[in-house]
Amino acid sequence: MAAPIIAAATSPLLAWRDPIYIAAGFAGVIAMCLLLMQPLLAGRWLPGLSPVASRHWHRRCGLALVAAILIHVGGLWITSRPDVIDALMFVSPTPFSAWGVIAMWAAFLVALLGLFRQRLGLRFRVWRLGHTSLAVVTIIGSVVHVLLIEGTMEVMTKWALCGLVLLASARTLAKLRVWDVRRRT
Amino acid sequence: MTGISFSRRSVIVVGGAALATGATGLLVPARAKGVAPTPSMRGGSNNYRPGAPIVDRIGGGGFWMTGSVRRAGEGAPLPGQRIQIWAHTTEGHERDPQSHGATLTDANGEFRLEMPQIVPAFGQPHGHLAYDSGEFQTVFLRPIMASSKDKTLAAHFVLQPA
Repeated sequence: MAAPIIAAATSPLLAWRDPIYIAAGFAGVIAMCLLLMQPLLAGRWLPGLSPVASRHWHRRCGLALVAAILIHVGGLWITSRPDVIDALMFVSPTPFSAWGVIAMWAAFLVALLGLFRQRLGLRFRVWRLGHTSLAVVTIIGSVVHVLLIEGTMEVMTKWALCGLVLLASARTLAKLRVWDVRRRT
Repeated sequence: MTGISFSRRSVIVVGGAALATGATGLLVPARAKGVAPTPSMRGGSNNYRPGAPIVDRIGGGGFWMTGSVRRAGEGAPLPGQRIQIWAHTTEGHERDPQSHGATLTDANGEFRLEMPQIVPAFGQPHGHLAYDSGEFQTVFLRPIMASSKDKTLAAHFVLQPA
């Protein structure tokens, strides 16, 4: 996970960007790294973390992910407001913006579902199917968004990170059998 | 004067042929024998600053923005037209005043302005060009470079009277 951040930190593009634009770009890279953490924590793949600790970190990483998205979009807004308005209105000339915006809204909904899980009163497996379905939208949207962009992340680390995100997500969904909403007997 | 006689057969044949041609899109009157006007591109006007000064070169140069300006219809080159150019370059963001400049087309309706190297911004290496002088309808272009290592980028305008 350090590799894409290091690759981005050594990108020649940084020399021609002001600090706010650089921060916005890094927030995007960090968000992508957090997106790798989320399925790993949800699936309890990380050794040495108890289930309770995994869930606590899943929650913290989720909030950090929302914060990173807000910094990413906010920084781009300051850098070039008309481009961000185009993206948010789905009229941008760049095909990857729409994927990013869809991923963003899905991520916000995922976070809200997480925050209000108990108050929603849904049966756990039904809630989990909703939470993970929207998370899949975020993951696929983010991966396409990232791969289509010519930015600070180097090609190899970018593809590797996206591959890991997809792999971790698929394995977690399979491990938890999220599509199975039957009551446990 | 002999005139043109319309028999029932000639009307059916000619009319039928015209309908068939029209259906294939070949008989659109304004475009049948002319060059279609260039539409503005999405996002083309982003970070536009009206009234960019005519300059010999934007900043230190090293990169060439080229193109042509023609009149819609007959496609005649339009000399002396002012084209405004801006981009995110090695010397500044799109919004920065020093990233903006303008040039005039020559006798052949072509323009060429040296500017700093364009670098990828907002995910694509791209430039912005505007025709906004009033005589013709305003057009904003946003061409994308095939590779961010390119040293030149071209954009072509076909303008229609305002």
